[in-house]
Amino acid sequence: MISRRDFLLFSSCVLASSRAAAQLPPNIAALRQAALEEAIRKVVGDAQVRPGKVTLDLPPLIDNGNTVPLSVTVDSPMTEADHVKAIHIFTEKNPQPFVMSAHLGPRSGRARISTRARIADTGKVIAIAQLSDGSYWSDTVSVVVTLSACLEDGLI
Amino acid sequence: MARVVVNVPASAKRGEVIEIRTLAGHVMESGFRRTERGVLIPRDIITRFVCTYNGVEIFSAELHPAMAANPLISFTTVATESGALEFRWTGDNGYAVTESAKISVA
Repeated sequence: MISRRDFLLFSSCVLASSRAAAQLPPNIAALRQAALEEAIRKVVGDAQVRPGKVTLDLPPLIDNGNTVPLSVTVDSPMTEADHVKAIHIFTEKNPQPFVMSAHLGPRSGRARISTRARIADTGKVIAIAQLSDGSYWSDTVSVVVTLSACLEDGLI
Repeated sequence: MARVVVNVPASAKRGEVIEIRTLAGHVMESGFRRTERGVLIPRDIITRFVCTYNGVEIFSAELHPAMAANPLISFTTVATESGALEFRWTGDNGYAVTESAKISVA
């Protein structure tokens, strides 16, 4: 049972945070885009990321953003000469764009990983694969999230 | 105490690609949530996962707060020889767990 004091404290917190949300800079979408681009730059450097080869599989409509099953498959023979070195997963709307970086090699046999992520809000999810020849390939999926991952206030 | 589960086939043919599924019991507290009093809950996550096959690293991953609680990681490897697979999770607040599984390759 919640006490009256706790309730008042909580409601004032909620009020304070909603006021804070109202004061967020108007270009929040641009800020988030910049954070995503910076995160991707950190991984790929100056290399060009091309769409293709990668298949990111996750449900287009997500009821619960707290556990979103997703899998990434890359079209690669996975030999010593031609294999996937790493798979990076990013989200557009989370407070931090990184989800996971997985490092594979020719001993993986197949370039396929699956995991479960948290997705804060309706937006894009991006998978980028780094191949052994130094090229980067990506796949982007837009998802709709009805219940966002635990972020009660300030989706920054 | 920390609980982990790994799923590795007990036996495989040489050269066969096997799927390995791992699950670690962990809250993966993102560091972005607040208590009902508005206090930020500090981050507490698993940051790294490594799998070795007879001592050779075959898969590793860096995890971030956007991983769901009880992180599930599933990947594949080629069954090359009989032996042991070692799994290691490390994270915030000194979290470190190892698990191993045996595989016999015919």
